[in-house]
Amino acid sequence: MAEVTLRVWRGDASGGDFENYVTTQNEGEVVLDLIHRIQATEAPDLACRWNCKAGKCGSCAAEINGKPRLMCMTRMDQLPEGPVTVTPMKTFPIIRDLVTDVSFNYAMAEKVPAFLPPPMPEGGYRMYQEDVERGQEFRKCIECFMCQDVCHVIRDHEENKVNYAGPRFFIRYAELEMHPLDQNDRRDLVREDMGLGYCNITKCCTEVCPEHIKITDNAIIPLKERVVDAHYDPVAWLGRKIRRKTKVSAADAAIQPAP
Amino acid sequence: MTVTYEHHDYDVLIIGAGGAGLRAAIEAKQQGLSVALITKSLLGKAHTVMAEGGMAAAMGNVYAEDNWMVHFRDTMRGGKYLNNYRMAEIHAKEAPDRVLELEQWGALFDRTKDGKILQRDFGGHRYARLAHVGDRTGLELIRTLQQKVVSMGTDVFMECKVLKLVHDDEGKIAGCVAYRRPTGEFVTFGAKAIILATGGAGKSWKFTSNSWEGTGDGHAMALWAGAELIDMECIQFHPTGMVWPLSVRGLLVTEGVRGDGGVLRNSEGKRFMFNYVADMFRAETAETEEEADKWYDDHSAGRRPPELLPRDEVARAINAEVKAGRGSPHGGVYLDIASRRSAEFIRRRLPSMYHQFMELAGVDITKEPMEIGPTNHYIMGGVKVDADTAHTSVPGLFAAGEVAGGMHGANRLGGNSLSDLIVFGRRAGMGAVEYIQGGAAVGAMRRDEIDAAIAEAVAPFDVEEGENPYDIQRDLQEMMQANVGIIRTASELEDAIAQLDVFTERVKNIKVKGGRAYNPGWNLATDLPAMLTVSKCVALGANLRKESRGGHTREDFPKADAHFGTFNLAHQSQGGNWDSPIVTNESPLLPVPEELKALLEEGK
Repeated sequence: MAEVTLRVWRGDASGGDFENYVTTQNEGEVVLDLIHRIQATEAPDLACRWNCKAGKCGSCAAEINGKPRLMCMTRMDQLPEGPVTVTPMKTFPIIRDLVTDVSFNYAMAEKVPAFLPPPMPEGGYRMYQEDVERGQEFRKCIECFMCQDVCHVIRDHEENKVNYAGPRFFIRYAELEMHPLDQNDRRDLVREDMGLGYCNITKCCTEVCPEHIKITDNAIIPLKERVVDAHYDPVAWLGRKIRRKTKVSAADAAIQPAP
Repeated sequence: MTVTYEHHDYDVLIIGAGGAGLRAAIEAKQQGLSVALITKSLLGKAHTVMAEGGMAAAMGNVYAEDNWMVHFRDTMRGGKYLNNYRMAEIHAKEAPDRVLELEQWGALFDRTKDGKILQRDFGGHRYARLAHVGDRTGLELIRTLQQKVVSMGTDVFMECKVLKLVHDDEGKIAGCVAYRRPTGEFVTFGAKAIILATGGAGKSWKFTSNSWEGTGDGHAMALWAGAELIDMECIQFHPTGMVWPLSVRGLLVTEGVRGDGGVLRNSEGKRFMFNYVADMFRAETAETEEEADKWYDDHSAGRRPPELLPRDEVARAINAEVKAGRGSPHGGVYLDIASRRSAEFIRRRLPSMYHQFMELAGVDITKEPMEIGPTNHYIMGGVKVDADTAHTSVPGLFAAGEVAGGMHGANRLGGNSLSDLIVFGRRAGMGAVEYIQGGAAVGAMRRDEIDAAIAEAVAPFDVEEGENPYDIQRDLQEMMQANVGIIRTASELEDAIAQLDVFTERVKNIKVKGGRAYNPGWNLATDLPAMLTVSKCVALGANLRKESRGGHTREDFPKADAHFGTFNLAHQSQGGNWDSPIVTNESPLLPVPEELKALLEEGK
């Protein structure tokens, strides 16, 4: 058992400051254990999000010593000695203390045109393991939004949020694009409205991903290639103009009869 | 003076946005009703996300012999026949269609060689039956349903805590009162029907796999609103929770480890489960290690390994080994897959277990055994519902998922929870639609009920000298762990019942510091009444059920008793407040029709 100082940012949208808490640290504890100890003793109103405490839900993202981390998966004994600084994610507006308003991400989720499969044959679809594995990597995403937090396009440029979906949603678009069954074409949308071109592949998102998804290499770069191919290849472009299915809106696709 | 609050009206209101709530929303929305979901957390963070191993459905993709009748039989036997047979029947029949439906909404399950959905072995299931994605099946389920719900344009109220259900003058459900956690502002919802999908109640125990949300809100609100809670004494202690380091004690280790070949060993290195095979499972369980090991590759070459007995049997055995002094250094036993499967196999089949032990415990599960022990995981008990419609005894109130009782009897089989969510989530959605289209005329919400709930919620701010809610929660968890844990006895249960009255007085004396905006101390203060209500029902039921059955084990009554196997214990509130007295009655089980009875006899 050791004593440790946590510097926790406390405040709300109107402003705030660091507060120092001196607390105990036991073997194997993670940053979230110490935040909970502070809540249970001297600061019951210290706001933080958490759910599973097992790295599965992505609720407790914060910046620990300036880096986006899950508080539940960051062991105290693996941080450098000395005070540990805990601040809320910078890219999103503050609600209170370590809790930020992540509604930007939910708004982006609403813009994703729905998954659209062909009618299911008797007994179910046939898909092969090698065909589903690419999508499965992206579906490991726990929506901690740390990739969004660290992405310079929106971290340092609030004005870009209106037309930039961010890494979390680029992997969603890539997943749908690579889904063996999906028939909805979202390539123009990703290029024109979701700001894929703003990403200059610095791989910051890949570095912070707690699920070790290769966001840049396996999602963003292939997505850029597909979007570019579709846009600049005149044959493909003409083909799509002629055969183009009517763009299915999210709402229309969803109202299809219950499968 | 009349205070007005933010107010919304919907046809169907769903409280809880895990698998059951999301599936219910899809159903009601598809039938054209106005629907809203309310969740205490952000969308996509509900407890479903933590489910690992898979969802049970007799699709027959791996063993063509599997069908709904075998699944029904396994579920009833696993539940020690305390189940609502009709729920078990509907569940077994409908689960395969619900799994296929998820693929139509974008889910990507692991595949068999011929491109079908792969199914894995789990405890108590005769055949490999669990559709899965590695060991993150819950994430796949919740994300698929979440994306479907969002694409349909459903209203979702995130980080919103419901305090109480509100009736109309005739006693029908008419809405609820809640507050928004970010601001602390109150909000009222009017609804023609409410579906409870609030999950479980494990947070009243010290060692649990449950998150902060598992405070039994739905169980308690249903009881206060006039519904009955059944089987509350039946609590599932999952055999394999992490035990070390202490900071992660209770965290779930998937049963998939055993399904994929992992075995349990004591400090002497012995596979002790062979010594704990109950009579009812003897005929279908292997007697030697050689026989058990053959079974993994071909289920017709040997009988099942005893490590794959139902969870209640395995948890009791681990408990007994530790008590006998054959435990691991931190009070558990060893779960060993390292010596039995290749590192590549383990990392592919159990990626998040590998990650979890590596990061949190510094243990490489491809090289060393895991230290594990029982952890409070699931409550079989819940709101009594009609099997076909999920309707409770209160008009307009429905319940689905963990908050509903009956489906799993005295013990739930692994994998039957995720399938329960989607089968009965849909049924609840259909039930609510049918109720509304049947012309139920719902009156205005009772103002006095709204005012009382809000007054109660803000009271802790006015207490001059009071207690920190975290102290009360910690003491409650320690008391329930010690007195109403895995092995129970009359003296400890009576002590628990008496102590819960003291806790009630302590909760009335909570002092909350700070304001209402995102204040976890206040949020906890508003969760504690539900935690106490649920704890009381569990303790009362456990004291009255003088036998051992499934997730209820009595040291003083170690055997099952035929008489107790004929009824559920049903609790009702006398008064409808959180501190009102609770009365408990015997509620006879539904008689099982002859043709289904024959299925239960088969292979007995």
